Amino acid sequence: MLTQRLLLSDRGGMIVLGLVLVTMILVPICNLLVPETSALHISTFTVTLLGKFLCYALLALSIDLIWGYCGILSLGHGAFFALGGYAMGMYLMRQIGPRGQYGDPILPDFMVFLNWKELPWYWQGFDMFWFALLMIIVVPGILAFIFGWLAFRSRVTGVYFSIITQALTYALLLAFFRNEMGFGGNNGLTDFKDILGFPIAASGTRISLFLASGFMLIIAYIACRYIVTSRMGKVIVSIRDAETRTRFCGYKVESYKLWLFVFSAILAGIAGALYVPQVGIINPGEFSPLNSIELVVWVATGGRGTLFGAIVGAFTVNYGKTVFTSYSPETWLFALGALFVIVTLVLPKGLVGLFNRTKKVASKNSSSNTPPENPVPTTDAPIKFAVNKSTENSISAENPVIAAAVKEPV
Amino acid sequence: MRNVLKPSGHWLLHVIVVLSFCFSATVFSQEAETSAEAGTTSAETISANVSNEANSQPEFDSLVKELTQGSLPARAQTAKKLAALKDERVAKIIGALQQGTLYATKDENPLVAIADEAGNYTNAISGEKIIGDTEELKRVPINNSMRSQLRTLLAQLNLTHQDATIRLDAVNRMIADGIDEDSISLLQELQKSEANDGVRKAIDSAVALFNLHSNDQQLRLGAIEVLKDSLQQEVRTALSEVASNDTDEKVKIHAQLAIKAIDSSIAKYRFAENIFFGLSLGSVLLLSAIGLSITFGVMGVINMAHGELMMIGAYVTWVVQQVFPNQIAYSLAIAIPAAFIVAGLVGIAIERGVIRFLYGRPLETLLATFGISLILQQAARSIFSPLNRAVELPVWMSGSLQINPVFSITYNRLYILIFGLLVFFALLVILKKTTLGLKVRAVSQNRAMARAVGVRANWVDAMTFGLGSGIAGIAGVALSQLTNVGPNLGQAYIIDSFMVVVFGGVGNLWGTLVGAMGLGIINKFLEPYAGAVLAKVLVLVLLILFIQKRPKGIFPQKGRAAAD
Amino acid sequence: MKLKKIAKHVGALGIACGLTIASFSAAAADTIKVGVLHSLSGTMAISETTLKDTMLMLIEEQNKKGGLLGKKLEAVVVDPASNWPLFAEKTRELLTKDKVAAIFGCWTSVSRKSVLPVIEELNGVLFYPVQYEGEESSRNVFYTGAAPNQQAIPAVDYLMNEVKVKRWVLAGTDYVYPRTTNKILEAYLKAKGVKQEDIMINYTPFGHSDWQNIVSDIKRFGSAGKKTAVVSTINGDANVPFYRELGNQKVTAEDIPVVAFSVGEEELSGIDTKPLVGHLAAWNYFMSEENAANAAFIKQWKAFIKNPKRVTNDPMEAHYIGFNMWVKAVQKAGTTDTDKVVDAIIGIEAPNLTGGVSKMLPNHHITKPVLIGEIQEDGQFLTVSKTDNLVPGDAWSDYLEGSKDLESDWIKLKCGNYNTKTKKCLGAAAQ
Repeated sequence: MLTQRLLLSDRGGMIVLGLVLVTMILVPICNLLVPETSALHISTFTVTLLGKFLCYALLALSIDLIWGYCGILSLGHGAFFALGGYAMGMYLMRQIGPRGQYGDPILPDFMVFLNWKELPWYWQGFDMFWFALLMIIVVPGILAFIFGWLAFRSRVTGVYFSIITQALTYALLLAFFRNEMGFGGNNGLTDFKDILGFPIAASGTRISLFLASGFMLIIAYIACRYIVTSRMGKVIVSIRDAETRTRFCGYKVESYKLWLFVFSAILAGIAGALYVPQVGIINPGEFSPLNSIELVVWVATGGRGTLFGAIVGAFTVNYGKTVFTSYSPETWLFALGALFVIVTLVLPKGLVGLFNRTKKVASKNSSSNTPPENPVPTTDAPIKFAVNKSTENSISAENPVIAAAVKEPV
Repeated sequence: MRNVLKPSGHWLLHVIVVLSFCFSATVFSQEAETSAEAGTTSAETISANVSNEANSQPEFDSLVKELTQGSLPARAQTAKKLAALKDERVAKIIGALQQGTLYATKDENPLVAIADEAGNYTNAISGEKIIGDTEELKRVPINNSMRSQLRTLLAQLNLTHQDATIRLDAVNRMIADGIDEDSISLLQELQKSEANDGVRKAIDSAVALFNLHSNDQQLRLGAIEVLKDSLQQEVRTALSEVASNDTDEKVKIHAQLAIKAIDSSIAKYRFAENIFFGLSLGSVLLLSAIGLSITFGVMGVINMAHGELMMIGAYVTWVVQQVFPNQIAYSLAIAIPAAFIVAGLVGIAIERGVIRFLYGRPLETLLATFGISLILQQAARSIFSPLNRAVELPVWMSGSLQINPVFSITYNRLYILIFGLLVFFALLVILKKTTLGLKVRAVSQNRAMARAVGVRANWVDAMTFGLGSGIAGIAGVALSQLTNVGPNLGQAYIIDSFMVVVFGGVGNLWGTLVGAMGLGIINKFLEPYAGAVLAKVLVLVLLILFIQKRPKGIFPQKGRAAAD
Repeated sequence: MKLKKIAKHVGALGIACGLTIASFSAAAADTIKVGVLHSLSGTMAISETTLKDTMLMLIEEQNKKGGLLGKKLEAVVVDPASNWPLFAEKTRELLTKDKVAAIFGCWTSVSRKSVLPVIEELNGVLFYPVQYEGEESSRNVFYTGAAPNQQAIPAVDYLMNEVKVKRWVLAGTDYVYPRTTNKILEAYLKAKGVKQEDIMINYTPFGHSDWQNIVSDIKRFGSAGKKTAVVSTINGDANVPFYRELGNQKVTAEDIPVVAFSVGEEELSGIDTKPLVGHLAAWNYFMSEENAANAAFIKQWKAFIKNPKRVTNDPMEAHYIGFNMWVKAVQKAGTTDTDKVVDAIIGIEAPNLTGGVSKMLPNHHITKPVLIGEIQEDGQFLTVSKTDNLVPGDAWSDYLEGSKDLESDWIKLKCGNYNTKTKKCLGAAAQ
């Protein structure tokens, strides 16, 4: 019953998850067991790359959950990702122990050469893995809770919400750049040695991290599926489509939004925590508002409102980035920019939408009757009824309500 | 409905004419001032001391030639000897050397020439124009220590200059360099004959500064009395030395009182200075946000490429300066309308090509325009190279208005502040008093109704977006006077400008004005306590909290809009 | 339904295939590949693009001379896009996929820090051409830019002895290079008897553009009757507004000279130089140096880039020296094998462009002259001071608490951070 609800009814998701599983089985085999000379060998470079993509996919999933299903567009999700990453980074820094450049058993290198005498209080406890794990969940969660509580309670919605999330990540970016903060400033945290006692550069560790990312993605996917197919999921979608109506129906819109936002932030934090040991560095650049906007485009490219679309988007865009920056560096920004424009103009439902369209044509031909597979995101559907307007239409040029106030610009 | 004031179609022309008129007016008035200044700074001293040319002529010639050769310290000595000659051409030559406009050939018997701004050379010794080949002339290099020695020399030579401002500068220079036995006798002599009040006051303080160290207690007390109203830094330094080290108690107390008085007025001026800094930062925010306030506030389009439109404006300024390399003073008068048109056209192209398909979906416009911003950035990199471009500051934009020794207002900031306000009010007028403004408001209020009465809504959309973009272009011209002109210019301002618009209240131009100035001043008052980085973080956090409190900004939209 | 499924399979397969193929394009055997790891997009493109072109020019030149070990050199250019994790990823790509013999790259400290674990893990060679904060010595990295003792300290010495500066403003962008440099300078100044109240330290964010009150503070600080100077570690984009504000507030080089460590010819070419005339910069190379090697280099560069107005700068010279040292080391070792090259390169000498010969030291830094120049109106420097001898780069500053006992020697000690007090090699190597 539950399997039916979560997975079997979601063919696209099944395929994507299946592919992820196949990769998770094949990659370790091809990397560890197949000899390097063989054509089937997968290099450690590719493993790390795929591991990174899996983390990105998880991050994209967390954005899709709130944007695609609840209409909350966060332009600051990179902040939660980076916070999770920093929590993990702090654990890894503490693991270095006396193997740092200066041989200080406690203080990380950057503190030694800036003449710090003792570890700041917020670094305490990070030498324990369980504590770091807790923080990976708690820190982004609490920040999301406070921020969301303030924002949703005062009904900051749509564009306004997007802009203040941007302000949030920008403020964190500036703060983490400061060396006084004790997070290594611009250089961030790097030069990790091992995790849970295993050397971080060993291929076994890499494979384990890769597998962990894959499992986390699958678990998160199922959890998200559970949420969106539950009763709560229906309320969430109705909030996206008609927030005021839902409120009038007696639902506590604020709490639904808040808990979904917190959950999404935690997912992003976990993604960050898995990302850091694989790329080997966390620095304030991850907080950059531009990064966060780019994340949104992954989701848009893949297709929002379908959970697997986010995964497809994250993989496609990042793979494109890897290829472009190797073979034709100058054109990468042109390509990325064009992608933004084309996706919003031509493919409002993303790549997944493209396949769906093909499917519709096919099903028409065979005159079979397939039930709609995905919840229809009305955010990009043409607006027909006033009640159908999503929150983000609030300052539409066609919206007479807002326009009334624009009457006198003075 | 209001009466139509102007025939439609000409609004663009009007905007350009109004704006360029406003700005060129300031250019010209300023130009007049600076040319007067330039005339005097070229140091055409008519020395009061009649020189004995016949005797010193050969020595003068050889010294001038020596001046261009040999090691720097040796040349500094030569300059000193030259100054002692009391020849009327000396001030001009030393001035030229100090300004870096003295040229010479690399011969044993060099030709020494002075270059003027237009690139003409005159023979430094004979005063004749040099016609023909000037390829061989190389600038005579000098370094800092020589530059400051020459400055002191020049100050002594200029003490008797006919222009009072130059005399004043000379006296102040001597005060800054420290008054010694030699200079005091010169100053005391001049004190009697000086006709100009300002200069005499300066000489008085110079003499008093010297007297602070005299052995006579009365003289010291008198000196403190003279100095207690002065805001010059040297005075404060000298007084605090007296206040702590003087042997006489009474002198000490008087000096302390004087310092207290000086400090309290310095504090007042610092406050004023901070306000100005805040307003000036605010004016930059205003300029960058005001175009956004139209596209975002009136049209509901989130234009992430707004920053890149500013970048286009800045590059237009650079191109204009490249096309007219000899007309830097007027370059802005050309650049402003040019930037408005170019950025406006790009804006219209963006609107027609992309945004018109996305009306009513603000978050989608955000993504699409962000893509456009990436393309524009990379295009700038491909066309103009990733390196920054050097935009010159016209002479009338550089320097500062010295109100007193502790309070000065830099011209470029002042003009940008005025310019920002001008643009703001021009925009208000356009929206309230022109046909276009009327149509913009009509379309934004009720599109269907506006179309029903014959307004071409599509055309109005394009024009409104073009107007907002054009203003971004103008902002870029202003920014080119403050900061780098490069592909990353836009990114630095885009987030700040969104904050301003949201803080002020979307769709409200006055809100944008108040928001920009408010954020500027808050930032500048936080900075001394928190440092530049933390101040910015604090402002952002305050902003986030403020939006929670008032989700629609300082000036929220009233009426039915608020119900949404 | 089916079609969709198939399409998706095809798409996914395509991705998988692409990845597999990408990881298999084996290196062609008849060339020696050289990795060029400089950002060509993003915020650092402004500085790094030039270095990419420099490398292409040097490689082309070497190929004209017949290549290396009888093979042609081939440049592999990648774009890490000013994104620090991408630097690490691209390094891994260069080393495992392209199998490059050496990498020339990075600009910012953070990019080097990001690359470091990868290059050590895969045993590659990196030549890092930019002046940096020191406090590092890796077996796999060669630091051809200046360490603090090759730039900052001589500059302060010059100001102290020649200009008689008594009061110091240490202004910098808030990141690790200015922080460390200022820490070193503060300790150095105090060791020279400068009091705490005569040192003002100020940090600003990246790209700071509103300098009004900071310049006003500097002006006030400088009017206390003692000669004052500003030691600027302000980075990149923030410099233009900073110098403009100085000029507008009439802070001239005669009153308060500013000595900068990151303003070179290339930066000056994008600045209106009028307000900068007379201010100072400390580097190991100026384009205005007059000698035959430099003249030839400038001529070659202008011809290569097809722009007679382009300038040369210090990091370009660092690549020039580093590349020539690497070529000589490979010739000496007779192979591009990392372990052999790393050993062979120590002691290799290569001419620099200031008329001397630089030498690779056992601590992987090189000897360099220190030049102090005043900015001229044409964007060039007038050298006002040049050290008589070449200064050897010091990996670990003697003026920092944590590093004064550390020493780096990859020949005798085989250690990058040897503690002379405890007689132990610290860090990872100790395990």
